[in-house]
Parts: sequence; structure tokens; C-alpha cells
Amino acid sequence: MSATTTDNPPLLEIRDLTIEFATRAGPVQAVRQVSLGIRKGETVGIVGESGSGKSVTSYAVMRILDRAGRIAAGSIGFSGIDLPGLPEREMRDLRGREISMIFQNPRAALNPIRAVGRQIEDVLIRHAQATRATTRARAIEMLEQVRIARPEERYHAYPFELSGGMCQRIVIALALACGPQLLIADEPTTGLDVTTQKTVMELVTELTRARGMSTLLITHDLGLAAAYCDRVVVMERGRVVEDAPAQQIFRAPQHPYTRRLLRATPRPGARLPDLLPEGEAPPVEAPEATPGPVLLDVINLVKEFPRAGSGGLGSWLRRGPALPPARAVDGISFQIRRGESVGLVGESGCGKSTTSMMVMRLLERTSGSIQFDGQEIGAIAPRDVTRSALRRRIQMVFQDPTDSLNPRYTAGRAIADPILRLGELRGAGLEDRCRELARLVGLPEALLGRFPHQLSGGQKARVGIARAIALNPELVVLDEPTAALDVSVQAVVLNLLQDLKLRLGMSYLFVSHDLHVVKLLCDRVIVMRQGRIVEQGPTGQVLNQPAADYTRALLAAAPAAP
Amino acid sequence: MRTVALRLAGAIPALIGVILATFVLTRVLPGDTASYFAGPTASAESIAQIRAELGLDRPLPEQFLRYVTALSHGDLGMSLTTGQPVLDDLAARLPASAELTLSALLLAMAVAIPLGILAAVKQGSLADHACRILVTGGVSLPVFFTGLLLVYVFYFLLGWSPAPLGRLDAFASAPPTVTGFFLVDSLLIGDTETFRAALAQMVLPVCTLSLFALAPIARISRASMLAVLGSDFVRTARASGLSPRAVILTYGFRNAMLPVLTTLGMVFSFLLGANVLVEKVFAWPGVGSYAVEALIASDFAPVQGFVLAMAILYVLLNLAIDLLYGLVDPRARMAA
Repeated sequence: MSATTTDNPPLLEIRDLTIEFATRAGPVQAVRQVSLGIRKGETVGIVGESGSGKSVTSYAVMRILDRAGRIAAGSIGFSGIDLPGLPEREMRDLRGREISMIFQNPRAALNPIRAVGRQIEDVLIRHAQATRATTRARAIEMLEQVRIARPEERYHAYPFELSGGMCQRIVIALALACGPQLLIADEPTTGLDVTTQKTVMELVTELTRARGMSTLLITHDLGLAAAYCDRVVVMERGRVVEDAPAQQIFRAPQHPYTRRLLRATPRPGARLPDLLPEGEAPPVEAPEATPGPVLLDVINLVKEFPRAGSGGLGSWLRRGPALPPARAVDGISFQIRRGESVGLVGESGCGKSTTSMMVMRLLERTSGSIQFDGQEIGAIAPRDVTRSALRRRIQMVFQDPTDSLNPRYTAGRAIADPILRLGELRGAGLEDRCRELARLVGLPEALLGRFPHQLSGGQKARVGIARAIALNPELVVLDEPTAALDVSVQAVVLNLLQDLKLRLGMSYLFVSHDLHVVKLLCDRVIVMRQGRIVEQGPTGQVLNQPAADYTRALLAAAPAAP
Repeated sequence: MRTVALRLAGAIPALIGVILATFVLTRVLPGDTASYFAGPTASAESIAQIRAELGLDRPLPEQFLRYVTALSHGDLGMSLTTGQPVLDDLAARLPASAELTLSALLLAMAVAIPLGILAAVKQGSLADHACRILVTGGVSLPVFFTGLLLVYVFYFLLGWSPAPLGRLDAFASAPPTVTGFFLVDSLLIGDTETFRAALAQMVLPVCTLSLFALAPIARISRASMLAVLGSDFVRTARASGLSPRAVILTYGFRNAMLPVLTTLGMVFSFLLGANVLVEKVFAWPGVGSYAVEALIASDFAPVQGFVLAMAILYVLLNLAIDLLYGLVDPRARMAA
């Protein structure tokens, strides 16, 4: 399959591409002298962290850069055509017919108020791939090819009626409808569940192979690139730092940045300190944790949500039999001991976030018991929890480090917030405590006066963690704390969490969809599916010898860097 | 169909609130109906007699009960100023106001939506600047001022438009009433001369009102079109090679219209308020001027009737907008 023969000329050839963005501070080069080529039938991955210029490069190929961006230098050749010099009218003929693109966040990538079948037709008609008479049959045929069940029915569906994975298949159908030669996939599976990710990627691979197409896969996920690419291009801050066949990149990375990226990627067999750059491993080796007495005891916890359309005036007038409520969490029981970290894993909709919200008492449980340190806390109304002594002892780190910080609070104010609300420290004592917390999480003191938009993603994550530990809580609920971070930042944050846990003796409830991450940080794992616990036990046992088929499926679907 | 019934049922509490509020408001306002109608020279006894006749000497709850009982029979009471039942007065004058307001709304939409879209598509262009000037002008000039200005320029100075004295000039006769809209009724009988005369009378007041309504519609159109053009699905449409026309109309415009639709309901209610002033300036025989005169005369029944009629109109218009919204947006259909 891999097309490495030298007599195969590149289909797409980018040479010395430089892209500038006009900003208020003058032009900024987002991409600098990037050169890469894709041969016919080849799958090339561009890998890099946020801000590396990987997406911008692909937008330049499609010439859909936004108004501020322009190609400052270099050339993009596509089967002999110079793309930057092409008149817009001819470029439009190429888009969708010769080169097409699939995107991140598939539901937003589709017109929300147009039936998906019609959207496929729009493209078919635009590129004269079908006449008015045949277009509908062609659109349904495309839906069939991307394995949409009941395509005639789904032709009329709107994006909001379909799952994320199905929406991505529609986007793939749109992209492949006119039989292009090159497919650019920009983070096509980010935000999708691992099992969905696997089916989507397999579908893309199968369809593009069958058509002899070339693919440019843009991803931050080294594991994904390793699994699906023939060749990998590593980008850092607008430059290509390494370009080599996939196996070679993973077996013998040449550039220091590639080595650092590979190190930071959670992978089978790696331990937390292994993720940090060489020479930066924490000085103290983590001693084996000895869990203490039970801190949190959850027994038969249930959360039901009323179905949409039931309740209120509507159901009263409808007078039909009431729909049974949906069970988001269906009678689960588990324990967390002092000093222990427990991972809660599962795919979206499995009830893991609902469970963590109930433990945090942000959400009212339907039935069951939540005992914290021997005290029943399930009965306290969420409204009263904020005032109870309990709030100091259970704190939370939220998923999005940006959205969970008040944009009008400085980092210092954000960290001081829980102390101001629940603690006694004021004045100089409070300032000292904030500085101490900043030191604990490795946030330079100079940054305490900055606002969230002046901080990087990793720094914001540290602020969120410092805020959560400000009151010396006994249990910290971490809801996907690293999902929005680049891998190198994730590596640092995970190590920080581990370090804090050992030093302060906290317990963690770590909610995540990423099995590799859970494996690194957690002593025990709970696997959830459709509101129930499928399997729970020590991390090593659950992830190495899973008892449940579902756990095995999850493990198999998660792509891993070799 | 059930959605419509549900929505109408949902409006009932609001209408009850309106009835109660207007009743209380008219009663607490300064001014005594009986002494106003008795005249400045009337004696205390004759005032008391009028008050008894009108039932104004009864306790407020009883007055309210009588009002509500009459209302349930469709009786809005009598106007003391015109001596006619309020229902008849409103029925005769509402079409004049509705014709004016709806025409102004349609004109404003016809100008503001394309302008807003153009301003968004060609950001920083001449159209964008024109849009900004019009929007700023529209909100900063009060309606009675633009009205008088237009009359001064187009009637007094240029003589292009007829005297601002109502719906038709003194020599023309109104077309037979079918809808009550002169433009529609005159066309129904094929009377182009009356049509032209009615149209000529309408041009200035409609322009005055629509200038006022332009600003919010153009602003929202521009802002929502900008948001839609920056969205992911427009990027997908571009990346699929769709023509700019298809991208802007099929993908951009229809999505951008959703917030505009919502705004229309609000703009309409602004227009109902502005209407009162415009009717005064152009001597338009509509419900707005009717209600203002009644209010000045402490004539409660017409004021209550007017507010209730406006409330019902507003409910119906919002219902129409929501139904339209459901047609455009499948997600709203699901929620309903």
C-alpha cells in the first residue's frame, strides 16, 4: 500500500510555504517555509501541538484562510497546477471535486437547518456529478457508502437528530461525493468517543484506499498518526521539524521536539515520570500508596432525568401515558479510600460526569446513598451544600481550564476565591497562602496578577488546580482536567497532580475518557457504560486483563503510539 | 394545530394581566372623568350625578367585576368622547393603523435585511458604511421629528406629496370595506385612482415609521450574518466548492434570518408605540391617536380597549413569528 516508489510524482507539493496573519501588532508568521509532498495513494499525517500551524497549512491548500491570513511566500502545486495563482473561480471548481476536506466538530460543520441529504445534493449539483433527476439517488448512495443505516430515511434528517459519529460520516460523504483525489482530514475524530473514532477512521481509510485517494491527516494525536499514516510530518511553531516514514518517526525520532512529543504521549508501559522531558523527572520516586480508610462510599446511586417533552403544560394537555424517565446513572456503588485515586472511565453519555456532579453535590440524586467520611451527604440539597462544612472538603477541577476561570479575576484572585468564600484567611495571610499555592502547582508568582487571557493553557490548568486545593480538601473531583491540553502540557499537569496527591494526601475521583491517562494516574478504575458499572478493580488488573467485553473493546479502540 | 392552541392558551395569563394592569392604571392616573365631562362650570351635584351614572362611585373591585363581565360579552364599554361603543371605534380605526404599521414593517425589512446582509458580506465596504450611517440616524432621530422633517421637505418645500391630512385627500372617497386596508380594497375593485391617492398619502408616514424600524433590523441582520459567515458549516460549504451565491443565500441567509425573525416581534411592538406619534403628525385616523385623545380626556374605556387590542395583536404576531420560525428551523419544530 505505501507508495514510496520514486517514479510516483507527488500529487500535492508544498514548497517553502510561508503564511502571514495581519494582527494589530503587525504581521505574524503562522507557517514558515514549510515543504511537504503527498504522493498518489499515500496517507500523510501532520502532527503538532496547538499553534504549530498544521491546520493553517491545510487551509492554505484549500485557499480558505480567513481574511487576515495570506500566503506570503512559497508555492503549492496540485497535480501540476499552481494553487495560489489560480483564479478564485477555478479554485472553486477544484474544491470538493479534486481536493476536499473533513473537519473537527462534525455537527457544527453541517448546516443545522438543511436536511443532510440536501447538503450532499448541493455538492453533487455544484460539481455536475448528478442531474436534478439522479441527484437524490446519488445522495442516498453516498449515505450507504458511509454506512448510514436506513439511508432513505436519514436523507431527510437534520444534523441535530444524528449522533456525532453519524454527523462525521455525513461530512465524509460530502467530502467524497465528487470523487476527489485528495482528502484533507483536519482533526476528524477529536471530540468523538474512542470506539466511534475507530469506526470513523477505518471508514475513511477504507473509502480512500478503494478510490486510490491521497489523504492528509492533521492531528495532535501521535497514536492516531501512528495507526493510520504512511508518513508523518512533525510541525512545531510553524516549521516542519521532521518528515519521515511513520515507523521511523516512532522507532527512531531524529528531532528533539519529536522525541519530547513522543515521550509526553501516554502509551502502554510508560509511567508518569517517563512522560516528562529527560532530566526533568521529579526527584522523589513515588512510594507505593497505602490506601487508608474509606473516604467516599457510594451505594446504589441513581439519577433519573425526565424525558424531553414530558412535564409541564404540554404533557398535561397530551394526557398520554407518561414516558418513563431516562436513567443516566443506574444504581452504581463504589468506594474511594483516603489517599487513593480512582478513575471513572467511559464514553460520552455513560453517566460518568453525572456521577461526579452528584458526588460534588452539584446535582440532586434520585435515590441511593453518598457517604463522605461516614456522613450521609446525599440528602443535603445542592443549594445548602455551598454553606455546609462539607464544601471545603470536596473540591473540583473542571474540564476546560479557560471556561472555568472568571475572565475578570486575576490568577491570584481566582486562587483566593474559595478561601474568601469558605476560609478565614484575609489580608497578608491570604496573599502568603496564594503564593504558597502557586509554588505548589508550579505557577510563577509573577503570573498571579495576570488575567486568564494572558495565561497559557497549562498555566490556566495550574490556576484551576491551585484553586481546588486552596482549602486543603480531602477529595478532589477531576473532570477530564487535561482533555483540552496539548500532550506535553498534559504530561506536566498529570505529574503535578500525582505529586500533589502524595504530598497532601488527597484522594482523587478522576473522570476521563482516556484510558492511557487513567492508567498513569489512578490506583483503581471504574468502567461505566449506559449508567452502570461494567467493571471495577485495580488499574493494572482492569486494563491488562479486562474481564468485561466492553473494557476490551475500549482498549482495542484507543490508538496508541508504539 | 395543537401548537397553535397551546400557544394561545399560554397567552391567556398574560392577557388577564394586561386587563388587570390597564384597569388599575387608568384608575390611579390623575384626572376625574366625571368632572371632565361635566365641564368647568358644572356644580358639585351634577358631577356627582354623572359619576353615579357612570358607576364611578362604586368600590373599585365592583367596577372591575362589571368591566370584566361586560368584557366577557365582548363589550368594551362606551367612549364618552365619541359617544360610540369602543369596539366599533376600534374596528373602524384599527385597519388604518394596521395598514400603516405593517407597510412600514415590510418596507423596513425590504431595505434593512438586504442592507445588513450586504454590509456583512462586504465588511468595510461602502454598503457597510451606509448601513452604519442609516442605523445611527434611524435610532437617534425621534419619530415626530423625522415625520415633521419629511412633511416640511416633501410637502411644504417640494410639493411632491399631498397634504398630511389622513388616509385620503378630501375629494376622494374610501373604497368599499373588505379588509379595511385602502391599498388592498381599492385594488380589489380595480380602482387604481383611489389606490394611487391612498398610496400617496401613505408614503411619508410609512417612511417615517420604517426609518425608525430600520435600525434594529439592519443591525441584527448584519451581526447574525457575520456570525453565520464565520461558522463551521459555512467553511464546509466553501471547502465543498459551493458558489458564493449558494454559500451566502442557502447556507448563510437562512440561518442568519433566525435571530432577525425573533427581533421582528420586538420591532413590531416598538412600532405600535411609535405609531401613536406618527398618527398625530399625519392626522392619521388610527387607534393610536384615538387612544391618546381618550387618555387626555380621562376616558377610560377606549384606553383599556386600545391596550387590550394591542396586547392581542402582539400575541398573534408573536405566534405567527414562532410558527414561521418553526418552518425555517427544524430544531424549533422538535421542541414545540
